[in-house]
Amino acid sequence: MSSPCVNKTHYPVDSLKSHKHNGNVVTNPWSDLRRFTDARIGLGRAGISLPTSELLAFQLSHAQARDAVSFPLDIDSLADQLSNIPLLNNVTSPIKVNSQANDRISYLQRPDLGRKLAESGRKILLNYMDNQGKATDSQYDLAIVVVDGLSSLAVQNNAQPFINELLSQLNKQHSAWHIAPITIVEQGRVAIGDDIGQLLNAQLVMVLIGERPGLSSPDSLGLYLTWAPKTGLNDACRNCISNIRPAGLPYAEAAKRAIYLLTEAKNLKLTGVNLKDRTQDDVIEHQQQTQNFLIAE
Amino acid sequence: MSQSYRYMLGSQTYQFRDLADLMAKATPQRSGDRLAGVIAQSAKERAVAQMRLADVPLKTFLNDALIPYETDEVTRLILDEHDTNAFAYISHLTVGDFRNWLLSDYVTPQVLATVKMGITPEMAAAVSKIMRNQDLILVAKKCHVTSAFRNTIGLPGHLSTRLQPNHPTDDVNGIAASMLDGLLYGNGDAVIGINPATDNVAQAIKLMKLMDDVIQKYDIPTQSCVLTHVTNTIECIEAGAPVDLVFQSIGGTEATNSSFGFNLQTLTEAQDAALSLKRGTVGNNVMYFETGQGSSLSANAHHGLDQQTCEARAYAVARKFNPLLVNTVVGFIGPEYLFDGKEITRAGLEDHFCAKLLGVPMGCDVCYTNHAEADQNDMDNLLTLLGVAGCSFVMGIPGSDDIMLNYQTTSFHDALYVRRVLGSRPAPEFEHWLTQMNIMKNTSDFVLSNTLPKEFAKPLYALQGER
Repeated sequence: MSSPCVNKTHYPVDSLKSHKHNGNVVTNPWSDLRRFTDARIGLGRAGISLPTSELLAFQLSHAQARDAVSFPLDIDSLADQLSNIPLLNNVTSPIKVNSQANDRISYLQRPDLGRKLAESGRKILLNYMDNQGKATDSQYDLAIVVVDGLSSLAVQNNAQPFINELLSQLNKQHSAWHIAPITIVEQGRVAIGDDIGQLLNAQLVMVLIGERPGLSSPDSLGLYLTWAPKTGLNDACRNCISNIRPAGLPYAEAAKRAIYLLTEAKNLKLTGVNLKDRTQDDVIEHQQQTQNFLIAE
Repeated sequence: MSQSYRYMLGSQTYQFRDLADLMAKATPQRSGDRLAGVIAQSAKERAVAQMRLADVPLKTFLNDALIPYETDEVTRLILDEHDTNAFAYISHLTVGDFRNWLLSDYVTPQVLATVKMGITPEMAAAVSKIMRNQDLILVAKKCHVTSAFRNTIGLPGHLSTRLQPNHPTDDVNGIAASMLDGLLYGNGDAVIGINPATDNVAQAIKLMKLMDDVIQKYDIPTQSCVLTHVTNTIECIEAGAPVDLVFQSIGGTEATNSSFGFNLQTLTEAQDAALSLKRGTVGNNVMYFETGQGSSLSANAHHGLDQQTCEARAYAVARKFNPLLVNTVVGFIGPEYLFDGKEITRAGLEDHFCAKLLGVPMGCDVCYTNHAEADQNDMDNLLTLLGVAGCSFVMGIPGSDDIMLNYQTTSFHDALYVRRVLGSRPAPEFEHWLTQMNIMKNTSDFVLSNTLPKEFAKPLYALQGER
């Protein structure tokens, strides 16, 4: 049996390959099917168990995902990154706030606390609005809220380049968007955007949040859009775009979909189950092939 | 109807508001009950609640509905389907006596089968709260629940797997590659079941055809399922799609099920539609349900009950529809409901015990997410414990890693491990196929062949020729 030809892999098998050639590992002749999927197929076996190389590769992926969950957000460096977005027309640097969850353990066990803004954050936002001193009914079209969620890595890697792309696409539109200063939240869940959007008096709130990390995606960024944010809304009121990262949904494509939703939300004055993302319909139509290699004649 | 429950310990009196409060406080610690605010405030209060619960007569559960009969169709189902004749065997017992009875030598698999329709989910949940892990295993092993479609699931000494070839974009060759990998590792007898990445009727039909083509071409004695909403599957059947099993996630309260977008009438319609296709060859169990502690709380539909009691009530919904398969997706929901490996392990054993006691063909998705305090060693432990307990089926997925749902469950290799250490065999019809195809060289020691079966070598070589 030939040794497996791994064309597509997301973990460093090469450095561990030496374990594979000592005669006790049965390799799988179908392992080159990995070109069709990131699933861990064709791993081979020692008896009926995982070969050492694959066992250790899995442990490394798991370690990366675990670290992504517990890795604290470097809020100052993120704030610096976000201050340097050229297309953000306001001079205010990002506003930093916390949820009511004080640490990671309480964040994980008490999602209710992660959804609520801490009193200190509320004061900061109220002060900011007072200093603006001219709150009208719709002062801002959009508030962008960056939340650590379950993967600070997702936010650290992807928030700035995505926002940059979004704003550059948005700038090409006919109507100018008046955008609130970016808010950065530690130990937050999606719904905390409702509190923030309401305090900033924004028509729409866009929450960018670190999604729960999988083994092949420790830095996946999620986007949630809510019209007329206010405390107490539920998930049926939101639209979501998931898996924003270079190896998932690329920034430009994600921004295109986000702008579609932003524009439609503004026209229809709503988000949620009644606002459908139609940007992918043509893609699905082209994917109706059912013939696979197992049944090919 | 509800009365208050007190317990004197020394000079201190413990007061429990009602039966629901007593049940919740008697539950072993878990984060979801803390989140719901129904958990015991101290370890001592929990122990006292368990002692008081042990004194509650089983009859009480028939007179003191935890969710009112008038407002919840699951309560109505539980009480309307209760078999008084079967209950006569245990009607004189308290919860504490019930534990002794279940563990006694007198209670054989035959006795349990006779009594099961006399047991309500609340009785099962209550007794599980005062049982140790080994009690849950010992009694579950005595409950024999078999079901059948194109093969037979749940025979004593057997363990089946659901081959779960998920793909983040539903790519047909990506799915086929994972299916082949699983089959060649002897997995897939419970069902070949896909969680679709794009969830609509057209996509479901495409995936159903994909699996049906493979099952027919290689004459595999198994069944397929696309895990889409029950109303989608009804539409698929109307459109003439090859539907083997109807899937639905279910919960233990009417409000939970409404949040999932169905009611009992919907399930009846779906079951009738699937039965009308007559696609089973050795049996007619056409339903596949998934459950899991925390879904009622998550849907804000738990009526102040603890999450394990809500979960047990879901099994009354399941058994009404004679399913082929039911499984608890035990660690999927996240650490706000089950915090760590210890809580996931306990919940998995409770769910398996309660379901089997009620006569449900129970399996388990032994799993965790990366934000829970758990790892593969915890999964090894729970898998082994459930194997010993006689669990009907577990998941089989390439290298434990679900690249679509972003969680870890049991792998094809894990299934072979547990089969070998415990001597558990696949479904008999499937085992025969594995031997015939020369996938397994020796089925009694679970030794895989080193050569590729010629039937599968052909398409692989054709594919390599294309490159």
